[in-house]
Amino acid sequence: MSGRGLNRTPASVQAVCQEAGPAAAAAAAEGACPGARLGRSGSVKVHVASRENVALMAVVALLAAVTAFALATMDFGKATFPAACIEALEDFAAMMLTPGLSGHFTLVDVVEGLFVSLALALLTTLIGAVIAFVLGLLASSNLSSRAVSNVIKALMSVARAVPTILWVLVFSVAIGLGPEAAVTGLLFHSVAYLVKAYSESFEEVDPGVLEALRAAGASWWQVVMRGVVPEKASEMLSWTFLRLEINFVNAVAVGAVAGAGGIGYQLFLAGGFYYDIHEVGLISYLCLAVAVVLEVAATRLRARLTTTR
Amino acid sequence: MAALVSAAGAGAKGSAEAQAAAFFRKRLLFLAAAVAAFLALNAVCAAYVDYSFIDTLVQVPAGVAWLIVEFAPSAASLEKLGVILPALGSTMLVSVAASCVAAVLAFALAVMGSRSVGLGGPLPLLARGIASLFRNIPVVAWTFVLLFSFKQSEFTGFLALLFTSFGYLVRCFLETVDEAASGPVEALRAVGASYPQIIAQAVIPLTITQVISWVLYMIETNIRDATLVGILTGTGIGFVFDVYYKSFRYDVAGLVILTVIIVVIACEMTSNFVRRRML
Repeated sequence: MSGRGLNRTPASVQAVCQEAGPAAAAAAAEGACPGARLGRSGSVKVHVASRENVALMAVVALLAAVTAFALATMDFGKATFPAACIEALEDFAAMMLTPGLSGHFTLVDVVEGLFVSLALALLTTLIGAVIAFVLGLLASSNLSSRAVSNVIKALMSVARAVPTILWVLVFSVAIGLGPEAAVTGLLFHSVAYLVKAYSESFEEVDPGVLEALRAAGASWWQVVMRGVVPEKASEMLSWTFLRLEINFVNAVAVGAVAGAGGIGYQLFLAGGFYYDIHEVGLISYLCLAVAVVLEVAATRLRARLTTTR
Repeated sequence: MAALVSAAGAGAKGSAEAQAAAFFRKRLLFLAAAVAAFLALNAVCAAYVDYSFIDTLVQVPAGVAWLIVEFAPSAASLEKLGVILPALGSTMLVSVAASCVAAVLAFALAVMGSRSVGLGGPLPLLARGIASLFRNIPVVAWTFVLLFSFKQSEFTGFLALLFTSFGYLVRCFLETVDEAASGPVEALRAVGASYPQIIAQAVIPLTITQVISWVLYMIETNIRDATLVGILTGTGIGFVFDVYYKSFRYDVAGLVILTVIIVVIACEMTSNFVRRRML
């Protein structure tokens, strides 16, 4: 996940200065707000053109410009806009309010498909966790040499750069269509993600603990099993569970486009071949249910792990 | 479990040595149980979907070797760069636009639905429900629903990405807003600032770096997801890949993958650089 940001310039301090009013601000700035910049009239400058603020504004401006350009040049297709919007809303209402099956699949088929997707996600997560554990150890700078760590990190960032769907499509021609190709394709992202999460968490281990173990003559493997794993087990579990959630979403998507089976494939048939909005609705509800259950379980797990530690 | 308890009980009565032995026995048992559960779960899943570990181990190395040979771009595939690059450009534009528009909408909903600076009432619950709905309906389902009415166009892909990004970003922003802004908001409220003033002077300045950081992350994710959506809506880099992949021009498909790798890594590096500059 992206980094947790720090709170920026102490706005609370600025707010306090504002509260005191411009006249008192000059005096207050000396005492309560050391380092506050004063304007010509003696009031505290709230907007300071610091390097960070300039960079921030530049990014915002750039993103806004690119978005405007993209929207201006976008291909809107042949659909007339207001009519299409109403139609889309009607379709959405039909999908959410009247889910059902109209003979292409039985309920058993769909539920079985759901479990296939879930099993694919689970397999990917379990195998991925084992591979990622080993690679994560080798990738963390405090347990491995710098060269090995950098090579693994570079490889993982390439693996992460290729969309999952392309990995699965590529492997379905390389080793033949089937669950093997699906799991192998899904593994790339899963491993890359977990290696990043694991190695970052391993790197946080107190260097004193590792030094003490090494000084006592522990082998590398003993350092890992006694110093690193016990401390980071719950964090690893929490990341792995989070990945299971993502892997389920990916397994559905991959089933739809790469024909890897599961509920995603049925979704693809319902949406792309039978044009049946009600079946799309039912399948969406099933996916939604699984996703919500996984999310709640992940939140509970994280809460429990953080309180027991 | 009973064995563990009795082992521990026996250890407590014995000498320190016996205690240590019991401790190690208990840990060994726990480890063995964990490994057994892990393997059993794997076996059940594998049996359910007909997955064979041995086949995978045998096939994957050969498959990778085949893949490297077949998907290596040749001189002939370089001619197709004229088709690939514009498609890649349009995919990037769509991803950026979807992320930014989603961010604006998500921020508005997150502020209104936040527990600390929100409008109160049923809004916090509603915002979370909407976010969960948009996020957890598969992007494929969104794409199909939109395809029915908006037909095959870039805009359809843009909307599909917008919806999932919106759901995801609302969840992130709710956390950000709730975490960041309580003291300054209270200070402003105490001085008698109006609601829009509180939002403009406290909430936005306090959260904007985090928000931009999430948007940059979302852009990376969306470039990858746009490939999937593009295959379905027939636009962008996903479509180009699909065309060459389905017509067995694997060398060109390999070139497409290579360009995607370059773009995503460049995007990641840029956003890391920007993040460092902002903080």
